[in-house]
Amino acid sequence: MKVLVGVKRVIDANVKARVKSDGTGVETANVKMAMNPFCEIATEQAVRMKEAGSVTEIIAASCGPAANVETLRTALAMGADRGVHVQTDAELQPLAIAKLLKSVAEKEQVQLVILGKQAIDNDFNQTGQMLAALLGWSQATFASAIEVAGEWLKVTREVDGGLEHVEVKLPAVVTADLRLNEPRYASLPNIMKAKKKPIDTLTPDALGVDVTPRLKTLKVSEPPARKAGIKVESVAQLVDKLKNEAQVI
Amino acid sequence: MSYRAPLQDMRFVMQELAGLDRLASLPGFGDTGGEVVDAVLDEADRFASDILAPLNRIGDTERARWQDGVVTTPPGFRDAYLRFAENGWNGIGCDPEYGGQGMPKLVTTAVYEMWKAANLSFSLCPMLTSGAIEALMLRGSDAQKQMYLHNMVSGKWTGTMNLTESQAGSDLAAVRTRAVPAGDGSYRLTGQKIFITYGEHDYTENIIHLVLARTPDAPEGVKGISLFVAPKFLVRADGSLGARNDIRCLSIEHKLGIHGSPTCVLSYGEQGGATAYLVGEENRGLEYMFIMMNAARFAVGLEGLAIAERAYQKAVQYARERIQGTDIAGGKDKVAIVRHPDVRRMLMRMKAQTEAMRAVAYVVASAQDAASRHPDAGERARNQAFVDLMIPIVKGWSTETGNEVASLGVQVHGGMGFIEETGTAQFFRDARITTIYEGTTAIQANDLIGRKIGRDGGRALAALVQEMRALDVDLATLTGADAQRMRALLARGVAALERGGRHVAEQYGKNIRAVAAGSVPLLQLMGVVCGGWQMARALLAAQRRLAADGGDRGFLHAKIATARFYADHVLVGAEALAETVIDGGDAVLAMDEAAF
Ligand SMILES: Cc1cc2nc3c(=O)[nH]c(=O)nc-3n(C[C@H](O)[C@H](O)[C@H](O)COP(=O)(O)OP(=O)(O)OC[C@H]3O[C@@H](n4cnc5c(N)ncnc54)[C@H](O)[C@@H]3O)c2cc1C
Repeated sequence: MKVLVGVKRVIDANVKARVKSDGTGVETANVKMAMNPFCEIATEQAVRMKEAGSVTEIIAASCGPAANVETLRTALAMGADRGVHVQTDAELQPLAIAKLLKSVAEKEQVQLVILGKQAIDNDFNQTGQMLAALLGWSQATFASAIEVAGEWLKVTREVDGGLEHVEVKLPAVVTADLRLNEPRYASLPNIMKAKKKPIDTLTPDALGVDVTPRLKTLKVSEPPARKAGIKVESVAQLVDKLKNEAQVI
Repeated sequence: MSYRAPLQDMRFVMQELAGLDRLASLPGFGDTGGEVVDAVLDEADRFASDILAPLNRIGDTERARWQDGVVTTPPGFRDAYLRFAENGWNGIGCDPEYGGQGMPKLVTTAVYEMWKAANLSFSLCPMLTSGAIEALMLRGSDAQKQMYLHNMVSGKWTGTMNLTESQAGSDLAAVRTRAVPAGDGSYRLTGQKIFITYGEHDYTENIIHLVLARTPDAPEGVKGISLFVAPKFLVRADGSLGARNDIRCLSIEHKLGIHGSPTCVLSYGEQGGATAYLVGEENRGLEYMFIMMNAARFAVGLEGLAIAERAYQKAVQYARERIQGTDIAGGKDKVAIVRHPDVRRMLMRMKAQTEAMRAVAYVVASAQDAASRHPDAGERARNQAFVDLMIPIVKGWSTETGNEVASLGVQVHGGMGFIEETGTAQFFRDARITTIYEGTTAIQANDLIGRKIGRDGGRALAALVQEMRALDVDLATLTGADAQRMRALLARGVAALERGGRHVAEQYGKNIRAVAAGSVPLLQLMGVVCGGWQMARALLAAQRRLAADGGDRGFLHAKIATARFYADHVLVGAEALAETVIDGGDAVLAMDEAAF
């Protein structure tokens, strides 16, 4: 079967994000960017399924500005076969991305879409669910294990208090949770090969998708700085402060 | 976060100073367009910082262990090595014919800097393997190449360099290991080698030793040494492993640093003779070593740069966290030590010297690419002359400076710097070997005054001085106090280098002992001025980029401030060094030897 994986370009997880001074968003100019970690897990999953023989072709898709090609190359270096870049400088919200991925999925006639459960930049956790609804496909979110069983996928989901085992019929959308796998480091020869793999460039217009934002960001601010701690003199004082000042007991 | 590669500075240096864009036009480097290089650097950074850096301290505390001839590397090292090889990093610069990636020296240099900064002890094994690969590439027979190179390039087998013996360190002419023809084309080795890095380990099934030894009727001295290849396990014609060779690891050393790297005593021929095969021709071993020396010395020079970068990152982190004292300009609040002017001075000194070393090393790397690949023979020769002149600087100056920077890193930490727990003490200890192996600083300086300056009457150095002076035209177009100060100090530094170099060229044949007494100061002088030259070019590039509104303004302003600091605090010392070079020799030699 053919698989589509979505790969988002976000601020590198090791970089401390800074809010722009005017509060309109997070500073991304001259900041190191990388593939969203959950998208790495999604890509890794597709590559493992291909190595295991249940997947024939992996298409990686990324929506956003020109630089997203780098993120696609990362996916290609990990083992995706080709890339689709939906190029736009517009702000993209989950619904818009879901619509774009829907038309890519249909165009490419894939049977499975694997996405990260969320992106670490704005933590929406919506795209996969919206995409499944738009396509009218089954969905299995927060996957920590995926097994192909004929026309079905057996998916283990991480839910509050334990694991849930479900079976979904293909075609389906699956979103990857942290423990699904440990993504590989791309090998040097594969980085070189990735350069030669094809990437198609499309636009929202060409796909007939209106990406106008539906949400308006009012303000972005830094989390409040932690206040310095104090040393208490005795246990009694600690209990007193917890009761009366912090009011937590 | 223990280490992240300084990708932004690496890219700036590669693009603005080392001509990355020109590289792709050299034959064979078509695959090295910016995008691929970016991807390679990003992924190397991930491997270095996620996998190698966390093992650095484990290597220091757990150390390589020896028992009954078997060496066990520290926990995690073997797995990391296998992943390193599996991911194709081992062959990054090697010939594609043997499975390598054939990346340009400039790119491999940035990648090597990362391995070395992340984990120096780990990085030595691939470094020595690549030295052994180069020896076989250079002078191995076709059969030898077929037998060893594929597996060494892939990292399935590792390589070593067996030069040193207890009586033969700096002076390799004193090598005594004997190689006797066995009658079947092979030789039998007997003797003992010491200090052999990764001479024995648990990473791989086989180890390919390159060994210097003497044949029975070889002439005395340098002209009687031959190069041999001796595998730990003999390799059958079909490539499978045969008998264990007669080579034993008698012990490993207890050292000041790089504890993760096994430094082995290897005994050859305890059971009658280790089987070895001649590489190239008899009695030409040292000559081959000299051809390879550039690569090896350059690689060790990078270690000085790499440790400096690591020590700097650690020091900055600590200086932001450690609260001590109040701002000297007033205020009651306790401040992080980074607020204190002297701590800033130390951090700036670390940063400026590290960036200067990187710029010099990468420019020399790029010249190596041009020297080997440029279509024009004149350009190849010009670049090669520059490389030859600069190798002792990259090795000697960068490792000496790396030590200084690592020492400053300890100082920034105060008492905690002396305590092992912070990790900065390890950088200081690990850095210490870099001025010693692969030729001590004195040996680099001998090479500089002899082969590089004395022999050609100072012509290569004069050409370099001229190239540095040519920059003045561009610097003169810049406005602002930083650029003017840099311009003035560079002019004085270059003049000082010219004086020192001319003195050495003139006196070399007449007053050799006095010249030799000033050889290390000359090496330092040249390093300091080359660093200033590159920092001036960096300042120029940064100002131009700012004027064109291209790039990260914060980074570019920091680059200019760093260049200015280098001029005022480091380059300014060039004149003093020149005086020592010219006038300091007599004082070194005045006292009677017995008076020490
Ligand atoms: C950790 C470690 C790893 C090593 N790895 C390897 C390896 O893998 N393979 C290998 O073959 N060797 C290796 N070596 C050996 C290393 O290259 C030598 O130790 C080094 O070249 C210095 O030689 P030496 O120890 O004999 O010192 P010496 O030559 O005895 O030097 C002592 C001092 O005298 C000075 N000196 C000596 N001769 C001169 C001269 N002509 N002019 C001016 N000053 C001079 C030196 O600069 C030094 O200060 C390693 C050493 C160490 C410690």
